[in-house]
Amino acid sequence: MRKLLFFIPLAVFLILGVVLYLQLGKDTQYMPSVLVGKKVPAFTLVSLQDDQVYTHQDLPTAPYLINFWGTWCPACHVEHPFLMALADSGVTIIGIDYKDKKDLAEQWLEQKGNPYQIVLMDEMGRFGMDMGVTGAPETFVVDGSGVVVYRHQGVVNAENWPDIKGYMK
Amino acid sequence: MFPEIGQFSLILSLFFALSLAFLPLIGYRKGNRFLLQSAQPLTFIMSALVLVSFVILSASFLMDDFSVLYVSQNSNSQLPVWYKFSALWGGHEGSLLLWVLVLSGWCSAVAIKVRTLPEDVGPVVLSVLGMICVGFLSFLLFTSSPFARLLPDVPADGGDLNPLLQDFGLIVHPPVLYMGYVGFSVAFAFAVAALITGNLNASWARWVRPWTAAAWAFLTLGITLGSWWAYYELGWGGWWFWDPVENASFMPWLAGTALLHSLAVTEKRGVFKSWTVLLAIFTFSLSLLGAFLVRSGVLTSVHSFAADPTRGMFILALLVVFVGGSLLLYAIRAAEVRSSVSFGATGREAWLLLNNILLTVLTLTVLLGTLYPLIFDALGLGKISVGAPYFNSVFTPIALLLIVFMAVGPLSKWHHTPFNVIFKVCSVAAVVAVLSAGLVVYCYEFGFTVWLSLAVAFWGVCLSFTDWFGKVSAGAKGIIPRARQLPRNYYGMLLAHLGMVVTLVGIVLVSVNSQESMLRLSPGDRARVAGYEFHFDQMEQVKGPNYVASKGQFTAYYANKVVAVLHPEKRFFTTRQQVMTEAALDAGFTRDLYVSLGERLDDSAWGVRIYVKSFVRWIWLGGLMMMAGGLLAALDKRYRKRTRG
Repeated sequence: MRKLLFFIPLAVFLILGVVLYLQLGKDTQYMPSVLVGKKVPAFTLVSLQDDQVYTHQDLPTAPYLINFWGTWCPACHVEHPFLMALADSGVTIIGIDYKDKKDLAEQWLEQKGNPYQIVLMDEMGRFGMDMGVTGAPETFVVDGSGVVVYRHQGVVNAENWPDIKGYMK
Repeated sequence: MFPEIGQFSLILSLFFALSLAFLPLIGYRKGNRFLLQSAQPLTFIMSALVLVSFVILSASFLMDDFSVLYVSQNSNSQLPVWYKFSALWGGHEGSLLLWVLVLSGWCSAVAIKVRTLPEDVGPVVLSVLGMICVGFLSFLLFTSSPFARLLPDVPADGGDLNPLLQDFGLIVHPPVLYMGYVGFSVAFAFAVAALITGNLNASWARWVRPWTAAAWAFLTLGITLGSWWAYYELGWGGWWFWDPVENASFMPWLAGTALLHSLAVTEKRGVFKSWTVLLAIFTFSLSLLGAFLVRSGVLTSVHSFAADPTRGMFILALLVVFVGGSLLLYAIRAAEVRSSVSFGATGREAWLLLNNILLTVLTLTVLLGTLYPLIFDALGLGKISVGAPYFNSVFTPIALLLIVFMAVGPLSKWHHTPFNVIFKVCSVAAVVAVLSAGLVVYCYEFGFTVWLSLAVAFWGVCLSFTDWFGKVSAGAKGIIPRARQLPRNYYGMLLAHLGMVVTLVGIVLVSVNSQESMLRLSPGDRARVAGYEFHFDQMEQVKGPNYVASKGQFTAYYANKVVAVLHPEKRFFTTRQQVMTEAALDAGFTRDLYVSLGERLDDSAWGVRIYVKSFVRWIWLGGLMMMAGGLLAALDKRYRKRTRG
């Protein structure tokens, strides 16, 4: 009986090995947010348009989207026209210019149009870290009471918009 | 031509490693002295060949040989010369070569000392180390050769080293960390050799102790450097993030700390034998697991190398062979190992048992937190991430408890110590600690948790001093001669324990007594943070070797006296089109001033982040003390005795 005890470490290790094996090659990028069901984290960010300081208390009170983007992000170029269309149809979008340069961002909005109600600069990526973003574009749906209800990683387009829209209540 | 010689030299060293892995073991089985004695020269030749490859790759970096794919990916002709050298370990392939170099260095060190071991033990240890070399050399050669060429289209210039890694921290952090990680393979080799030969006694523990202490000291220094580097280079002002890769280095450290203590018990009392062997295997396995987590892409982390499932598969295979193999051997052989002397439930061994239990629990806590997302996902339960809140709330209370007992252990004697002796000393120390911590908390208006933590720290200092004083004041001779007679081993322990306390004080005070401000400032503006007045003097453009930067100048005043002039920078690296924040620091014994530039808000105004961090240096000062303690213990005279002429 005592002898069997010494096999326990081996057994535990083998189970762990199987778990690690199953994880290999999986897409580790996809990650639903832990923020779902929680309030938008507190922040103090400067807006791109008028250099005013905004905090989480300045966010809209009706359902809206928070969109992380950057001029450095090729997928954001793809996403941009669809966001413009959404803005035209009356969806409120708060833009977070993520790890980006101010002059480049201004140029971008001037040339391509601005779908955002407010654009906040998150140059250090600190708010992005609080929100748990892993890249851009990423979009969060926030309900009227300021609670995050959904996270979408990657481009928002005509295909996945109906799903996302379902959360905007 | 030269890169091919480097590659060839690696292939040759693989053959020597293979011979090292088998010949001495066959010699052990057949009782053939010639084969047994081949272990030492085989080790030296294998290591020399690895060194040749390493020198050739360094030369390719220094000579800007961009026909080598790895060089063209990680270097650039504009790069300063010392970064050209350290760029060697800036990517997966080169850092793996560094790993192999460090491993072969440890092998040679054991080979030099092999004469101090019995004739049939040393070669078996080297043989096991040879097997580990075979594993890593084939990993290097079959999946990640750093010598692959870009021919015939040689690029005109390289893609440059990641700016984040162009820093003094990167020159020293990886080699030191690998010295620690890889150093535990020596303890592992001794453990496996003990299982093979059945030779597991007090002298076995005495052989392993200095190697373990040395590896532990290097790992301590490596982690300390890593934490310091993250603090000043990443620009977040934090010093530990519970990132999976940090955890990957922290777990072997925790297990290695447990191993150091359980080896002491095995040496002095002849108990915990099979447990000590299991800990040695466990520590090395955690080092391997760390390599797997970092290089396979199963976890997302800021440090990850490019994810590659083939490489992940290879390390997993290595894990299964080494860890699975050694645990199988353990399962078969450990039951035969009997502990000789009885366990004294009231002696020092009881305290060390408690130490081992707590450290193991801490290791498993971190392991669980790191792997939980993987396990959760593998069971199909969905995706989660485990962050600092879990680690802080689970880890901290156990760690505090550990430090409480850490101070008591040295006071007790082996086998049996009367309870009332310890109780008397401890109750005095407890009163002193609680009152003095209470005074500090009262004066500075801290909360209850600070009181508790500082009391633990004072308790540690009181008891360590009491222990030392008790040892030097007893007997006829004066204090100083007696103090000199105490072994290095003892002072190493004392220093490491005090280092732990110093780190604790640093952690507690930096988390409750720091001030942080995010401000909008233009040149000429002033700001007050925690009693310091910061004056934004000017902003200028400067040009570095491979970047251009906006450099600010801030003067910090305290009570209207200048205390520091700080120059934070925002660097733009031209080759990679990447922006890096260089924070400016004024380091002090009791506080750090930290200024970092955020985004530029308009023509003159900048977002500026100013921190006043109290006692943050203590965290690393404690780390350095622990490292010094480990080295002191490794160099104790006792370990240098020869067992045969």
